[in-house]
Amino acid sequence: MFRILDKQVLSPVIKQMVIEAPLVARKCQAGQFIILRIHEEGERIPLTIADFDREKGTITLVFQEVGKTTIQLGSLEAGDSIRDFVGPLGTPSHIEKFGTVICVGGGVGVAPVFPIARALKEAGNHVIGIMGSRTRELMFWEDKMREVCHELFVTTDDGSYVRKGFVTDVLKEVIEERGKDNIAMVLAIGPQPMMRACCNLTREYGIKTVVSLNSLMVDGTGMCGCCRVTVGGRTRFVCVDGPEFDGHEVDFAELARRSATFRVEEQRAMEHHQCRCGQGCGGGR
Amino acid sequence: MTESKTPKKQIIPNKHPMPHQDPVERAKNFNEVALGYDEETAVAEAQRCLQCKKQPCRQGCPVEVFIPDFIKLVAERDFAGAIKKIKEKNALPAVCGRVCPQENQCEKYCTLGKKHEPVAIGRLERFCADWELAQGVLPQETAPATGFKVAVVGSGPAGLTCAADLAKLGHRVTIFEALHVAGGVLMYGIPEFRLPKRVVQAEIENLKKLGVEIITNAVVGKFATVDELMEEEGFDAVFVGTGAGLPIFMNIPGENSCGVYSANEFLTRTNLMKAYLFPDWDTPIKVGRKVAVLGGGNVAMDAARTALRLGAEESWIVYRRSEKELPARHEEVENAKEEGVKFAFLTSPTQIFADDNGWVKGMECLRYELGEPDDSGRRRPVPIPGSEFTMDVDTVVVAIGQTPNPLVPRTTRGLELGRKGNIVADPETGATSKPGVYAGGDVVTGAATVILAMGAGRIAARSIHDYLMNKKAQS
Repeated sequence: MFRILDKQVLSPVIKQMVIEAPLVARKCQAGQFIILRIHEEGERIPLTIADFDREKGTITLVFQEVGKTTIQLGSLEAGDSIRDFVGPLGTPSHIEKFGTVICVGGGVGVAPVFPIARALKEAGNHVIGIMGSRTRELMFWEDKMREVCHELFVTTDDGSYVRKGFVTDVLKEVIEERGKDNIAMVLAIGPQPMMRACCNLTREYGIKTVVSLNSLMVDGTGMCGCCRVTVGGRTRFVCVDGPEFDGHEVDFAELARRSATFRVEEQRAMEHHQCRCGQGCGGGR
Repeated sequence: MTESKTPKKQIIPNKHPMPHQDPVERAKNFNEVALGYDEETAVAEAQRCLQCKKQPCRQGCPVEVFIPDFIKLVAERDFAGAIKKIKEKNALPAVCGRVCPQENQCEKYCTLGKKHEPVAIGRLERFCADWELAQGVLPQETAPATGFKVAVVGSGPAGLTCAADLAKLGHRVTIFEALHVAGGVLMYGIPEFRLPKRVVQAEIENLKKLGVEIITNAVVGKFATVDELMEEEGFDAVFVGTGAGLPIFMNIPGENSCGVYSANEFLTRTNLMKAYLFPDWDTPIKVGRKVAVLGGGNVAMDAARTALRLGAEESWIVYRRSEKELPARHEEVENAKEEGVKFAFLTSPTQIFADDNGWVKGMECLRYELGEPDDSGRRRPVPIPGSEFTMDVDTVVVAIGQTPNPLVPRTTRGLELGRKGNIVADPETGATSKPGVYAGGDVVTGAATVILAMGAGRIAARSIHDYLMNKKAQS
């Protein structure tokens, strides 16, 4: 069992948890993920590592409640335990001194961007952060991001905080302002349409762009092939070859279709959960 | 060795049949298909054994079970003695009695089998193991502690066997398992209806009673490398039995459509994650009306039979050779046929068609004929030009094998690898190119059987023991 040491409610649907997992914390690096299973009947879900503390042996996760498992996870409190927690999985981010890099985090994608931005800064890059959310209420970790970025731009889709606009609007402005030749790399993590939009934009400028894919997964250790995605015309496996890929090569349309494979079942699982706990949500077991 | 050359007994030409769940009924549930012998039938079957002096059956057993000896004990109704005799050589008899391809192993060499049906050795092994599980497992003896620590990576059949043998020899064994439950392919791959998971877990409990420690959720190559286990965690030797890795796909257009699964995914969702109990269990699986399973091995049979149980109206095995070349166990092919699985032999797909939402809506196939024998000695399937036709399917399961798991090979220093990314290990000893590191099972041989992996685990355990004793002598 893996104990939840701390829980923060970042917004009504975004939760932050610090989990005691010394074996994972000992070795994990920016860009890697974990798989967890809340209880015996639970599914295995991958979540990207948002932060870690090797000394304390903890992993920090930030997740948005979008389905049965994340809602149930969000209903747990500090002191509760998670049945299974395995990692670090996937290939770490490729970190070196590239020059000026732009790190774009959309929505809950800000969390996995954070440790990568930090590692890029430590490696001597000039890090420009762009973070965006749909609305002010869903914005989190602005302070943490400010610590690991030399410059930080914040935007909301509805203009409820700082400015109105998508992260791609800000990205375009920054590239135009600095000049495409002065940007070594863009990292974009967030919802699939946002990553796709970022890639479409940077493709025009010819700026290398790395994305972190959140495909469906079961075992996460290179066994089941559920997470396959076409990159550069080849089938790759997100769990062992990724999760990061060259965004210009990713077949986002296929990824979106495959991600929706179990949409009906996911809805059914939610309804089943709600009727069982009787509370609308979050009753736990 | 047989004192009782009693008056020549009448030979019963056929095996005693084992009761099975009715095919129509069982194709709708996940309960075990074969129900096992009762005591009377087991004793009667055991009495068919001729107790040959030469014991030819044993040469067919990868773990060298004392077959005639345990059968004699069954015939004498000494079931406790019989299971003890089996366990001298086989750590997982309840598993082997169910999933070994006996017709190609022990039973193939049975003297009785030359003229009649061989003794049902597998069914008797299963009977003994189940008898013990029902009684409560008898304690096993272990040698005094040696003080050596051995890490076993992976808890499938190779790892479990290796761990059991090493523990009996007095070594301290820790198994590291990547998934949340021990058992490897016995848990995620082989379906409940062929190998109930309670049976696997009971065998694993036995192992724990020998003092073996099992750490789940531990991916070696990620939380620690093999080198770190030896240099920092104080393990004196390591056995790598990490089994199957990435599934092999056909590399045909449309293969990433929704509704195309690898057999590993299809079976893992169903067996390990219990998708057949969705939504009480959280993991979903989606099976359409008409399922095509590509391949002809045991895994393909498992997938095709699973598809029926998940509600498919039709489940097809699509295999590019003919029925004669099917690599699956004969019994499983028969079981599949009885349950209503259909077979498209000499057929192989060329592309998968998807609808506007990306879901499978059909599969274009070519017909094949058999040509000259290939390297494997089997007649090579040759496509018939212009024979394209479309199969109306909405789910495809690709069961044509997998590569060895890459995590340990990619992260271990000084480990010689084969062309397919497999670990190179001496078949006689299990030794790899790295001192103190041994390997066996699918990560060495590519996809094979449970019992071959167990044989490799056993061989490696013996070598690891010799290595450690040698190390002790030198220090």
